[in-house]
Amino acid sequence: MEKKQLKTILSLVSVAVILFFSFWAEDHLDSYQIRLLYMWGIYVIFVASFNLVYGYTGQFSMGHAGLAAVGAYTVSLLILSPEAKQLSFFIAPPIWPISVVQWPFLPSLILAGVLTAIVGFLIGAPALRLRGDYLLIATLGFSEIIRLLLCNMPSICNGAMGLKGIPHHANLTWVAGLAIFTVFVVKRLVDSSYGRAMRCVKEDEIAAEAVGVNLFYHKILAFVISSFFVGIGGALFAEVLGTIDPNTFKPYLTYAVMIMAVLGGVESLTGGIIAAAVYTVMSELLRVVETPRTFFSLEYPGIPGLRMLVFAVMLLLLILFARKGLMGDREFSWDWLLSKVQRDTKGGQES
Amino acid sequence: MSFELFVQYLVNGVALGSLYALVAIGYTIIYGVVNLMNMAHGEFFMVAAFLAMWGVNKLPLPWYVAYAISTVITVLLGLFVEKVAYRPLRKVKVSSFIGAISVSFLLQNLFVVLFTSRSKQFPHPEFLDEVLHFGNVSIPVVNIVIVIVSAGMFLILSYIVSKTKMGRAMRAVSKDLEAAQLMGINPDRVISFSFILSTTFAAVGAFMYCSKFPYVDPFTGAIPGLKAFIGAVMGGIGSIPGALVGGFTLGLSEIMLVGFLPTMTSYRDIFAYLILILFLLFRPGGIFNVKIREEKV
Repeated sequence: MEKKQLKTILSLVSVAVILFFSFWAEDHLDSYQIRLLYMWGIYVIFVASFNLVYGYTGQFSMGHAGLAAVGAYTVSLLILSPEAKQLSFFIAPPIWPISVVQWPFLPSLILAGVLTAIVGFLIGAPALRLRGDYLLIATLGFSEIIRLLLCNMPSICNGAMGLKGIPHHANLTWVAGLAIFTVFVVKRLVDSSYGRAMRCVKEDEIAAEAVGVNLFYHKILAFVISSFFVGIGGALFAEVLGTIDPNTFKPYLTYAVMIMAVLGGVESLTGGIIAAAVYTVMSELLRVVETPRTFFSLEYPGIPGLRMLVFAVMLLLLILFARKGLMGDREFSWDWLLSKVQRDTKGGQES
Repeated sequence: MSFELFVQYLVNGVALGSLYALVAIGYTIIYGVVNLMNMAHGEFFMVAAFLAMWGVNKLPLPWYVAYAISTVITVLLGLFVEKVAYRPLRKVKVSSFIGAISVSFLLQNLFVVLFTSRSKQFPHPEFLDEVLHFGNVSIPVVNIVIVIVSAGMFLILSYIVSKTKMGRAMRAVSKDLEAAQLMGINPDRVISFSFILSTTFAAVGAFMYCSKFPYVDPFTGAIPGLKAFIGAVMGGIGSIPGALVGGFTLGLSEIMLVGFLPTMTSYRDIFAYLILILFLLFRPGGIFNVKIREEKV
C-alpha cells in the first residue's frame, strides 16, 4: 500500500476512534470526568487558534478573552428560550431581536463563530498595523472594552448579572469533533502557501514584503480565522459553564491560554494539545489544594490563590529556561510513528 | 453648573492627575532606559501598600517608619525582579513582555496566598483625613499633600536626570545603548538604577493613593497601574515630562467626565482604553509626538 494512503487511513481511523470514544464516554464516565474532557477540548481550540496568530504568524495578540466572550454571549442569547430571557433580565428587559429569537444549537454555534470573526476583523484591521508590545497592549485593550461593554449593556446581555441556565446542547462528541476540526484546519492552513507566507511574515516582515507577501492580508487572515475558532471555543465554554457573566472573560482567560501555548511550544499543535491536557489536569489537582479539608482530625485550612501562583511561577520558569516549551516546533506525525514501529520490528527480528 | 463646582472638580482632578503622573513616571523611566513595558509596575505599587499596611498594623510601627521600610523593601524587590526575570530576557523582545506579565501575575497571586484577597483598611496618618473649606470648595488635606509630594518627587527626579552623572548615563543609554556602552557606561548599573527610581515612585504613589482610597487588596495595583500606563502612553512613553502631562490629562478628564456626565461613570474605563488604543494607532509618540526608535514601534 502507498504510504500516503496508509497515513490517510490511519488519520481517519484515529479520528473515528476519538469520536467513538467521546460518544462512549458520554454514557460511561461520570460527569466530573466528562467535564474535564470537555475543558480539554475547549482549551485545544483556544490554544490552536492562539498558535495560529502568535506561533505561526508572529503577531502577539491578547484578545482571546474578549473574542471568546463574543462567541459565548452570541450562542447563549440565541439558544436561551425567550421566557428564560424575560425571567433573568431584571435590570432592563431584552431588546427586540433578542427578546423573541430562539435558534437550534448548530446555526447558533456557526453564527457565534462568524460574528466573532467579524469582531476579530474589526479589532485586527486597525490593531495589526502595530507591532510587538503595541499590538499586544491594543488587543488587550480591545478585549477589556468588549468585557466592559457587556457590563454596560443590560438590555442586550443582562449587564454584570450575566446569563444563567444556558441549555446544555453540546455533548462530548461535539467538542471532540470541533477540536479535531480546529486542529485540522489550522494545520492545513499553516502547511499551505498561506501558511508559508505567514511564517515568512513572522521571520522578517521586510524580507516578506520584498518577496511579494502582502503583510497585512496574511496577518488579518490569520487573525480572522483564529477569531472564528475562538468564538466557537467561547460558545462551547458557555455551554459547559451554564452560567456566564462578563467577569468570566477577564484577561486571566487569555493568560491561561498563553500559559498553555508557551508550555506546549507555540509552533506546535501537538504541544498545544498536550499542554491543554496538562493544564486541565493540573488545574483540577490544585483545586484540591485550595479547598479546606480535614485529614484524620488534622485541620488543613486550604490555600486560596495557590493554583494561580503555581501557574504564574510555571509561566515565568518556562519563559526563563524553556522558551521552546514541551515540543518547540516539532509535531506528531505518522511518519515518525511508522519509522519508530519499523525500527522496533526490525530490531526485534535481529535479536 | 456653578463655578465653585468646577473648581471643586478641578481640585480633585489635579490630585488624581498627580497620582497618575507619579505612577506613569515609573513606567516611562523603565521604558526609556530598558525599552520594556513593565506591566508589573502596578504590582510593585500594591506590594508597597501591603508592606506599609502590614508594618503599621502588625508590628506596629509608626506610619513614617513603616512607609520608609516598605519603600526600601519594594525597591529591593524591584532590583531582584529585574535581575532574575528581566535581565535574562532583555534580548528577546516579546518574551520580555510575557516575563513582565508573569511577574505581575505571580506577585498578585503570591499576595492572595499570603494575605487572602479580602480588602483591608490602609492605615494612614490622621491629619490626612481632615478637610479644608474655602467657601463652598472643600479640599481634603490628602489632596494637597498628594500635589506637594508629587511636585517634590518630580523636581528631585528632574535634578537626578539632568544634573547627576547617573542621570546623564540614563539619558545616554536611552538614546543609544551600544554607543553608551562604548563610552564606558555599564548598562546593567544604569538599568538597576532606573528600577530603583521607578519602584520608589511606585511606592510613594501607592502610599498616597491608598491614603486617598483607603483600601488595599492584592489587586489594588491593577487599576491605577493601568491608568498610569495609559497616561504614560498619552504623553509619549519614554518621556518624563510626557508622563507628567499624560497622567495629569487622564486624571483631570476622568474626574471631569464623572463630574459633569454622571450617567457615563460606568463607561470611564472604556474611555480610558479607547484613548489608549487611539493613541497607539494614530499617535504612538503621544501628545508631544516623542521620537520613537524604529524597533520600539
